[in-house]
Amino acid sequence: MPIKLAGESLNACSGCEISILDMGGKLLTLLEFVSIVHLPLLMDSKHCDGKNNSQTVKLPKADVGLISGSIKTKEHLELARAMRDSCDLIIAFGTCATHGGIPALANSFHNDDMLGHCFNTVGTDKADSFPSDIVPEMMDACYALDEHIRVDVCLPGCPPHPDHIFRALQSIEKKESFLLPEKSVCDNCPASRDGKGRVNELKRALELPQWRVFDDTKEVFKCFLEQGFLCMGPVTRDGCGGDTEQARCIMAQVPCRGCYGPVKKEGNQRLAMLNALASNDIDISSLPETLSMLRFSGGHGLLRPLPRIKESE
Amino acid sequence: MGKVINIQPITRIEGHASIHIQLDDQGNVQETKVAFKSLRGFEKFVEGKPAEELPRIVSRICGICPWMHHIASNKAVDACFKVTPPPAGNLLRELMLTVAHIEDKLLHFFFLAGADFFLGPEYDYSVRNIMGLVKANPELAQKVIKMRHKAKMVLDRFSKKTIHPVAGVPGGFIKPLSIEDRKIFLDNLTELLDFALFALEYAKKEVFPKFGEFYPGLGEITTGFIGMVDNKGAMNLYDGNIRLMKPDGSCKEFRPDEYLDHLAEKVIPFSYGKFPYAKSWGEGFSMDLNAPKGIYRSNTLARINVADRIATPRAQAELEEFRDQHGRPAQSTLLYHYARLIEEVYTCERAIEILKDPRIISPKIRTKVEPCAGRGVGCVEAPRGTLIHDYSTDENGLITRVNLIVGTTHNLAPINLSVDRAARDLIKNGVYDDVILNKIEMAVRAYDP
Repeated sequence: MPIKLAGESLNACSGCEISILDMGGKLLTLLEFVSIVHLPLLMDSKHCDGKNNSQTVKLPKADVGLISGSIKTKEHLELARAMRDSCDLIIAFGTCATHGGIPALANSFHNDDMLGHCFNTVGTDKADSFPSDIVPEMMDACYALDEHIRVDVCLPGCPPHPDHIFRALQSIEKKESFLLPEKSVCDNCPASRDGKGRVNELKRALELPQWRVFDDTKEVFKCFLEQGFLCMGPVTRDGCGGDTEQARCIMAQVPCRGCYGPVKKEGNQRLAMLNALASNDIDISSLPETLSMLRFSGGHGLLRPLPRIKESE
Repeated sequence: MGKVINIQPITRIEGHASIHIQLDDQGNVQETKVAFKSLRGFEKFVEGKPAEELPRIVSRICGICPWMHHIASNKAVDACFKVTPPPAGNLLRELMLTVAHIEDKLLHFFFLAGADFFLGPEYDYSVRNIMGLVKANPELAQKVIKMRHKAKMVLDRFSKKTIHPVAGVPGGFIKPLSIEDRKIFLDNLTELLDFALFALEYAKKEVFPKFGEFYPGLGEITTGFIGMVDNKGAMNLYDGNIRLMKPDGSCKEFRPDEYLDHLAEKVIPFSYGKFPYAKSWGEGFSMDLNAPKGIYRSNTLARINVADRIATPRAQAELEEFRDQHGRPAQSTLLYHYARLIEEVYTCERAIEILKDPRIISPKIRTKVEPCAGRGVGCVEAPRGTLIHDYSTDENGLITRVNLIVGTTHNLAPINLSVDRAARDLIKNGVYDDVILNKIEMAVRAYDP
């Protein structure tokens, strides 16, 4: 019997679901042992019986639930809970679900500041109020999934590599264990490092890092950090290259920005990176800002708005 | 008050939306609303970030068209920092954008919307999807999956990261194209062009004739259109002027950085997405089905309508055939799918043209960039329409202000009108079923999976 799979996308971009399709031919193999019972991006399964004006979310029973995206509205929360109820096993699918992802950058701002800005940009006609009819109510922050529901498996990535999606589902079907890479991007990076620490300042990504051809068959390059570019490789979980390739951004010749989240699930990428830089005598103030080091993992209360200062009398 | 019908969520589309149909006491449609339920706040939370980081952040606006956001963002930062990429830098960006279009149109037509046409709207809803298509027509489905993967592999081999790309950089592109890759890509694109021509012929025989028979006038409305054209009036997805066409076919053309003189956005009580309209028409904004004001549409049919011609031969021949049948501007909503497959032919031809351009293998791919204060508008055609990124920076090159008009949002008001039209035509005296409700959703899928 194929395993039953349900999928929901919350505060997300649909990139994780597209990554499922990016398996190519393996998708057909996947469909031999996985039966998809709910996935609104790809099939016509609804949240509720709208013909009779029901507003109660009711999802089909499934063995595995893939939830992409973070939780930012009351509707996301309701869907996450409904998925928890209807699925035996919940996979937090992608870095938005595991750590908040890019949308959790909004956690640096109060909701009313964000709404006030987005509905008053240049070119927007002045409005008396923010949208509030039918649209779901916003929560006070953008939450990773496990801040609100129990999560059984974390499959990080922005998006997760198709190889990992395939193997995770295959191992569940075969009742085998499956471990994601647990090292850092650095541990598996093809860069050559001389470890001399001559860099004292970091440069912005305004020029291309150097690559040099080592011999006819192999292209090697010097570590981005040793070239003076911020690279989040030391504090980011490896795996973005899938089963056969090394880290994708590194192989594209740009430094890592941390999309697989911290090496240890509960880690703080910014704190770890600042520590690493400081212990190598690199001047942190050479960077224009460092909050972006949490650009993929600002959930779990790591990014917060500045407290409001009350105007004095 | 009569009943409310909720279609929640609209399925086989990208993004999060639902349809709410208010019936009157007789069971006829009184009001419809298509609610867009997502607001992540990109325009706010990128403030203070170094501008050169934005192309790697804003790609997350959409996991289906991340390349378009990535490249529009790079163009906006170029303009803030007052740099022009070398020819190879521009060509490589355009190549990636074009191949991403090729892949997207296959996804849209075959994976998402296609099931309605290949399997029919009355097909069992639980298998009315790509998985059902795999079972019902395995030969076609396998071919489509293989072809889409081929396009993805061009992006993957060259740029490594296909969803949320990193290969475009302010000032140009991250690496030059090798002669070996160029040859492989030319072979792949030639195969994709063959498939695009096959898909269009197949659809002309098997799909488009059904439109009139099964879905007469579905979601039909009369609006203006928007899209980019080059300086000779030909369709261009990467660069050029924005052309805004009125419903009567008359056009105005402007540079992307002049968009605020022509377009404005409305805040709508039932949508987190704002609704753009044509301010420069001077008639205001109204979603009255019988007398809409300021409403124009974007995406494939819009681009086909505003362009005088298409600069590649096979697509131009298809455009001429299309115009002979449907005129200009063509208004029928389901013709978006026809226009989509013509664009598929164009993008394949254009990608081959770019690969054959001798400048593409130049090692000069990036212009040196210095951060500075400025304003820059980056514009490209995303699958769902004209995509505008408007940034301002301070003297350190940090972002001070961002305004985004995303391709889909141009169509938010038209989608509401088309759904209203479809609902009024199909729901009579309280009689409706799953087939009818899916047909109403099809009015959304024409624009926006």
